Amino acid sequence: MNALPLEIRCLNVAYQRKMVLWDADLAIQPGRTTAIVGPNGAGKSTLIKAALGLIPSASGEIQFFGKPYAQSRSRVAYVPQRESVDWDFPVSARDVVAMGLYRKIGWCMPVRARHRQLAEAALADVGLGDFARRQISQLSGGQQQRVFLARALAQNADLYLMDEPFASVDAATEQAILEVLRRLKNEGRTVVCVHHDLETVAEYFDDAVLLNMRVVTSGPVSEVFTRENLRKTYGARLSLLDEAVAELSRRGSPLR
Amino acid sequence: MTWTEIDTWIVVTGALISMACAVPGVFLLLNKQSMLGDAISHAVLPGIAIAFLVTGTREPLPMFLGAVIAGLFTGVLTEVIHRRGRVESGAALGVVFCSLFALGLVLIRLAADRVDLDPGCVLYGAIETAVVDVNPVPQIAWLSGGMLAVNFLLAGMFYKELRISAFDPALSTACGIPARWMQHGLTVVTAMTTVVAFESVGSILVIAMLIVPGATALLLSPRLSVVLGLAMAVAAFSAVAGHVAAISVIPAALAKLTGFAALGAVSSAGMMAVLSGLTFFLVLATVRLAQRRPQ
Amino acid sequence: MKPWPNFPGGEVRSAEMETFWRLISLQDHNTRIVLAGACALGAAAGLVGTFLLLRKRSLLGDTLGHATLPGVAAAFLVAEALGYAGKSLPVLLVGAALSGVTGMAAVILIRKFSHIKDDAALAIVLSVFFGAGVTLVTAVQQLPGGNAAGLDHFIYGKTASMTTSDAMVIFGASLAVAVMCVAFFKEFALLCFDEGFAGAAGWPVRLLDVVLMTLVVVVTVVGLQAVGLLLVVALLVIPPAAARFWSDRLGVMAVAAAGIGLLSAALGVAASALFPRLPAGAVIVLCAAVFFAISMIFGARRGVLVRSYGERQGMVRLRREHLLRAIYECAEELSSPEQAVSVSQLLAKRPWKRNALRREIEHAAEAGLATAAVDGGDVQLTGRGVAEARRLVRNHRLWELYLLHHAEVAPARIDRDADLIEHVLDPKIVDELEALLDSGRRETFVPGNPEKLPT
Repeated sequence: MNALPLEIRCLNVAYQRKMVLWDADLAIQPGRTTAIVGPNGAGKSTLIKAALGLIPSASGEIQFFGKPYAQSRSRVAYVPQRESVDWDFPVSARDVVAMGLYRKIGWCMPVRARHRQLAEAALADVGLGDFARRQISQLSGGQQQRVFLARALAQNADLYLMDEPFASVDAATEQAILEVLRRLKNEGRTVVCVHHDLETVAEYFDDAVLLNMRVVTSGPVSEVFTRENLRKTYGARLSLLDEAVAELSRRGSPLR
Repeated sequence: MTWTEIDTWIVVTGALISMACAVPGVFLLLNKQSMLGDAISHAVLPGIAIAFLVTGTREPLPMFLGAVIAGLFTGVLTEVIHRRGRVESGAALGVVFCSLFALGLVLIRLAADRVDLDPGCVLYGAIETAVVDVNPVPQIAWLSGGMLAVNFLLAGMFYKELRISAFDPALSTACGIPARWMQHGLTVVTAMTTVVAFESVGSILVIAMLIVPGATALLLSPRLSVVLGLAMAVAAFSAVAGHVAAISVIPAALAKLTGFAALGAVSSAGMMAVLSGLTFFLVLATVRLAQRRPQ
Repeated sequence: MKPWPNFPGGEVRSAEMETFWRLISLQDHNTRIVLAGACALGAAAGLVGTFLLLRKRSLLGDTLGHATLPGVAAAFLVAEALGYAGKSLPVLLVGAALSGVTGMAAVILIRKFSHIKDDAALAIVLSVFFGAGVTLVTAVQQLPGGNAAGLDHFIYGKTASMTTSDAMVIFGASLAVAVMCVAFFKEFALLCFDEGFAGAAGWPVRLLDVVLMTLVVVVTVVGLQAVGLLLVVALLVIPPAAARFWSDRLGVMAVAAAGIGLLSAALGVAASALFPRLPAGAVIVLCAAVFFAISMIFGARRGVLVRSYGERQGMVRLRREHLLRAIYECAEELSSPEQAVSVSQLLAKRPWKRNALRREIEHAAEAGLATAAVDGGDVQLTGRGVAEARRLVRNHRLWELYLLHHAEVAPARIDRDADLIEHVLDPKIVDELEALLDSGRRETFVPGNPEKLPT
C-alpha cells in the first residue's frame, strides 16, 4: 500500500514526428488533489490518455499503485472531456452512470435493480438525483459533466483522473464538482485533474504539476506557484494580471 | 387481390428476416457504421462466389461460411486501411467494398460456367420464388426465424457491452471491454444476417432492413430497449404492408397511371424497402411538426 | 500471322498476340471508342472525387447512383404512358438526374431536420430509393419493350458495347466537369478545407456545395448508363484515395487522381479486350484497386512503408540518444565522461527493461560508440561515443533551457531530429541559451555545458 497512485517516468509521446510530451516525470502523492496546468497544446490531456494507454507512447514507464494499468484497472476511474461522446445517444443519465459498474457486473450479465440504485445514488451525490431518467441530450453542458463525474464515482476507485472537469460549466456544476472533490479527499482518495484556470488552482487543489511538454515542476501549490515557475511554463503569454492573480492566490489563505 | 398460402409465407418470412436485420442494424446506426451494411452486402459476393467455385454447388453452408469470412474480412481490411493508411473511414469502406464487389463479379462470371447461378438473383433476391417449396414450412422461413432468434439472443447477452462500446469506445476499452472487438463481432453478425437475407430480399435491399427501421425508432424514443422493440415492429410492419402493396395497390395504381391494363405484382422486396422508407419519412415529418408546435 | 517457333499451341497464342497488337495500336474502332469514353470518365470522376474525399463524403456517389434507379424506371413509364419511346437515352438520363437530385435533397433534409447522422442519412436514401427503383423496374419489365430497360447495364454497365454516341456524351460531359473543376478549383479547395472561414469571408458556401454536388450528379448519371453503377462509385472513391498517398498538395492530388482514374480505365479496357468474358467495369475497378494498394504501401508522402520507415528510424535514433546521454550523465556525475558505468546505474537513471538495455548497448558497441564488458558488466564510451554524446547532451540541455525561457513558442519549434540546435534556431538565440548554460545562473537541474572544459 505504499506504492504511489500514479508514477510516470520518462514518458515520451510523439504525434506524427512532433513531440508532444518529452521525458515527462510525474509522481502523484496519495490522498491529495492535484491539478495539471499548462498552456494549450502543452500535452496535458495527452499525459492522461497516454497513462491510460488510450494513445501510444514512444517510451517511458507508467505505474498505477506499483503495477501496470491493466492490473490496477479496478482502482482507477477516468472522467474524459465532454466532447468525446455523442450526446444524441438513446441513453438516460442513470444508464450512463451504470456504465461505470459494467466491469464489476461482468460480461453478458444483466444490469440489475441494485446496480441502478447505486447509479441513482451517485447521481444524487452530484446533485442530479431528479434527472436520473432523463435522456442525456436534454441535459445542459454542466449537467452532462456531472453525469460523467457520477459515473466515475460509481466506480468507487482509489484514483480519479479527470480531464478539464471545470471547463465551461455553470456555477451550480462547479459547486457540485468541488463538493465531490472534497468528499473524495476526506475519504482518502487521490484526484488528478487537468485544469485550465490559474485563478482557482490554489483554491481547489493541494498540489500542482506545471506542464509544458516537460514537467517544469510539481509539488504543493503554495510552493510551486511562483512567478518564475509560471513564466517558465507559460512564457510571455502570461499577462501581468495573470501573474498577479496567481501570486495573490498563492499567498492568500486557500478557501477550503 | 388473391391471397394464397405462398403469400402468407412471403409475409412471414419477410417479417422474420426484416426483424432479424433490424436488431444488429440499430447498433450499426449507433456506431455510425450505417454504410457498413451496404459495404457488407456488396463485399460478401466474392465470398459466395469462392464458395461456389470451391464446392461446385449451391449448398447453403459453404455459402454461409464464405460470406461470413468475406464480411469479417471487409471489416478488418477497412479498419486497417483507415488506421494504418489514415484514410477517412467512408473512403476506406468504399475502396474495400468496390474492390471486393468487382472481384465477386469477375469470380461469378467465371463460376457461372460450372454452377447454375443467376447474378441478378443473388443481388436482388426473389422472395417470391424463395418460398416456393412449401412443405410444410419453407426452408427460408426456418433460416429467417433462426437468424432472428440468434440475433435477439446475442443482443440480449451482450446488451450492455454493445451499448458502452457504441456510446464511449475509449471508456469501454479502458474498462476492459475492447470496443474494436465488439465492432468486429457486430460485423460478423451483420454478415451472417445479410447472407440469410440474400435468398429472400437480395443483398442491396438488406440495407433498408438494417438501417431504416432503426432510424425510425431512434426518432421516436430515447431509450435503447424501446428503440430495439420499435425497430423490430417497424420492420415487421414494412414487410407485411410492403407485400400487400406489391400485389394489390401498386400494380393497380401504376396500371391506372400508365394506361396499361392488368399489370401483375411488382417486387415485394422493393416495396418492403419503400414502405420502411415511407414510415421513416412520415415519422420524421410528424416528430418535426410536433416539435414546432408550442406545447 | 507472325511465324512462331514450333511448339504446341503456337497458332492459338498468335491469335491472342494479334488481338493484343491490334489493341495496342488502337486499330480496333470499338476499342478506341470504349477507351476514349472510359478514360474521360475516369479522369473526371477522379477530379470530382478528390473534393468529395476531402469533404468526407466519399460514399455520396454510391447513394446518388442507387437513387437514380427510380428515376430511370419512372421516366420510361411516363414516356411510354405519354406515347413516346421509353427507351431513348435523353429521357432516361433526365429521369436519372431528377431522381438523383431528389435523393440529394432527401439526404440534406434528413440531416437538417433530425439528429440522424450523415452516414445513416446516406444509407436510408440509398436503400429506400433503390427499393422504389427495383419495384418500378419489375413493373417496367412487364410492359412490351420494357425488357429490363437496361437494369443489368445499370449494375454491370455495357462498357464493352458502348456506342459512338454514348462515348461522345461521356466525353463531352467529362470535359465539362473537368472545366468546372478547374474553374472553381480554389473555391472548392477553400470549401473543403475550412467551410466556416469561407462562409465568414463572404463566399456563397451553399451555392458552391450545390455546384459540387451537381457535378457529382452529372458524372454519376452520365457514367451510370454507360459503364454501370459499380464503376462510377469506384472511380469516384478509389483514385482520389490512392492519390492522397502521393501528395499533401490539393492540386497535385487532384491531377494524380484524374491520372489514376484514366490509367485504371485504360488498363481495364485493355485487359477486358484481351479476356472478353470478363465484365469490363469490374476489371477497371480491380485495376484501380491495384493502384490503391501500390499507393498505400509505397506512396511517397503518406504511404505505409515510408511512414513506418520514418517512425522506426526515429525510434532507433531516440533509443540511441537515450543510451548515450544516460551513459554520459552517469559518468559525468562520477568523474569524467570516459568513466565506465555499470548497468544498474543506467537502470536507475532511466526506466529501461534490462534486456532492452542490453540490446541497446550491444548495438552501440557494434556502431563503435561504446565498449561493453562481458555480459552485464560496465559500459564505457569510446572516443567517438564521447563526441557524439557531448553533442546530444548539449543539444538536449539547450532545448531544455529554450523550453523554459521561451515557453510560449518553444513547443512548436522543438525538433528532436535536428543534428544541431543551430539548424533550427536563430544563432542569436542559441548564443543566449549557451550563455545561460555556462553562467552560474543556470537552473540547478540543468547541468553544465558538456562542450566546455571544466575549469
